[in-house]
Amino acid sequence: MDKMPAWADAVLVPLISILLAAVLSALVILAIGENPVDAFKLMVEGALMRSAGWGYTLYYTTNFIFTGLCVAVAFHAKMFNIGGEGQAMIGGLGVALVCLFIPFPHWSIALLVATLAAGAFGALWALIPAYLQATRGSHIVITTIMFNFIAAAVLNYVLVNVLRPQGAMDPATAKFPEATQLPTFQDLFATAENPLFRGSPANVTFFLAVLACVAFWFLMWRTKLGYEIRAFGHSESAARYAGISPVRITVVAMLISGGLAGMMALNTTMGEAERLVMNATEGAGFIGIAVALMGRSHPVGIFLAALLFGFLYQGGAELALWTNIPRELITVIQALVILFTGALDNMVRMPLERIFMATRRRNG
Amino acid sequence: MDFATLLQVLDSTVRLATPLLFACLAGLFSERSGVVDIGLEGKMLAAAFASAAVAAVTGSVWLGLLAGIVSATLMSAIHGLASITFRGNQLISGVAINFLASGLTVLIAQSWFGQGGRTPSLIGGGRFTGITLPFAEALSGVPVIGPIYAELISGHSILVYVAFLMVPLSWFILYRTRFGLRLRAVGEAPEAVDTAGVSVIGLRYAAIAICGLLCGLAGAYLATGLQAGFVREMTAGRGYIALAALIFAKWRPWYALWACLLFGLLQAVALRYQNIDLGAFTVPVQVMDALPYILTVIILAGFVGKAIPPRASGEPYLKER
Repeated sequence: MDKMPAWADAVLVPLISILLAAVLSALVILAIGENPVDAFKLMVEGALMRSAGWGYTLYYTTNFIFTGLCVAVAFHAKMFNIGGEGQAMIGGLGVALVCLFIPFPHWSIALLVATLAAGAFGALWALIPAYLQATRGSHIVITTIMFNFIAAAVLNYVLVNVLRPQGAMDPATAKFPEATQLPTFQDLFATAENPLFRGSPANVTFFLAVLACVAFWFLMWRTKLGYEIRAFGHSESAARYAGISPVRITVVAMLISGGLAGMMALNTTMGEAERLVMNATEGAGFIGIAVALMGRSHPVGIFLAALLFGFLYQGGAELALWTNIPRELITVIQALVILFTGALDNMVRMPLERIFMATRRRNG
Repeated sequence: MDFATLLQVLDSTVRLATPLLFACLAGLFSERSGVVDIGLEGKMLAAAFASAAVAAVTGSVWLGLLAGIVSATLMSAIHGLASITFRGNQLISGVAINFLASGLTVLIAQSWFGQGGRTPSLIGGGRFTGITLPFAEALSGVPVIGPIYAELISGHSILVYVAFLMVPLSWFILYRTRFGLRLRAVGEAPEAVDTAGVSVIGLRYAAIAICGLLCGLAGAYLATGLQAGFVREMTAGRGYIALAALIFAKWRPWYALWACLLFGLLQAVALRYQNIDLGAFTVPVQVMDALPYILTVIILAGFVGKAIPPRASGEPYLKER
């Protein structure tokens, strides 16, 4: 055995990576003349010490769970889906279409149908890149990047020329009907004497996201399809030898991935804005990359990583509000997390492995 | 469309194609050596900010240009560290670089200038201005050729001419020098290059250094030539269009020129006309925006010619022991 124990691989490596990212972020804050300790306190204060802060944190978390799972499914099949952003945009279009044109009697039925629509639209947007990768060998990273831009153009066209209500200026759809508006955490948990989650956007979609985590675990580790996806990701030739069709697995994995990205739009479109706006995704599709990398493509890890990024997002908004640190600090942290947990993984891993080897030799 | 309008559209095509061309050639050197680079966007953005910031502070556009090149090369160095030295995933590293640039530029701009993530507008010596080529005035009276020379060819900033000269230069380096041969070889069969006693790692670092230099020129032109100063996210997807152009050009310099001019033309037309009326139907502006990406997907799908990337691209090289 010349490998690290599993716990070190699953916990220690990401933890050290985060620590490195945190130290560098602190240096960045110092460099722009602010106090990192104060900044961190303010972030915790704003994101975690009030129920409304949690309401925002969990709202962002919901987005990142969906996009994190989206990237993770593709990772398991050894593909890199950068197209979560575009798939979520088109998923939002699906949500908007059913919410605007189907008269729903109750939000629960609306949520069910909208979930199917969001998933179907997102999956459809992943289908062409998946099919081209599987049959023509076009690199999925490049095609999904291109499809992000095409999605933005499609959405722009639809919002400006088709779905924009008469006389409105901004490119957005009309407000969704009352019956489709999802109950927020405030509606669910606040009472007259205890006004929890006041004005915050977290809503029932959060539970859907948690459900998606469980379903993801079940699919990946308890079904034949999940096994096939993972086998394909480990070794394409072995999977092919075992009778697993590469075309089928590539397409199915990408459809699931796109569907999960599309479902993210439920939270932003149906849960928060209650209409479809141009920039509904706000880069969450890309944060999914950081979340999936940090969470090691496992639902528990993804949930925790999404929570961390939810906290960073809400905390970052507080920072921008009260200090001179702009929200882009979060983009820097996100970049550092992706860099350390993704690209510079070996930099952390190699010395750790050496330490483990050394201790083992001494003990054994 | 009359002749004068056509000239104006072509003129702005040249301007808009310039940053694409720099970035596209940057990607060409990197990917030909086997290092995939989707971080072109981030490097351009970093260079755009650094050049505008230094030009604004010092008032010298040349110092700005230098700063732009240095910052893009630093970004390249991070990419090299991750993808060459530590053999990490090159795609993930590229994504990280894009976000790093996107965040840091605004953060530093806000901290230095306090203008909401932009630099002050550049004036005077802080910008690259147009150069009037010899005889442009005298020849402008000559029908057809005169206006073409005076309006289209003359009057651009120095970086535009540098960009166009880079095409034959890149071709020469890649196809007529020993360094170029080795560079192309290391992207196809690094083990063969290694066997021949040439350092794979050294060659790849050289390639990404060139990539950084060219991205620096691209960003500097964007912020100090095309526009007067840095605004947040000012690259606006140009790095990805350059990547698309690179695939469209099938990783060859002369084709890169035509691809960049084509995509520049699409941008110029989209900028000038909102919707194009073709009589029977109108082409919405969004189609023009999406066209480079759609064309690239079609090329990638191999329906019109086949785009085959360098064989070893994307794979870190592990020396056998």
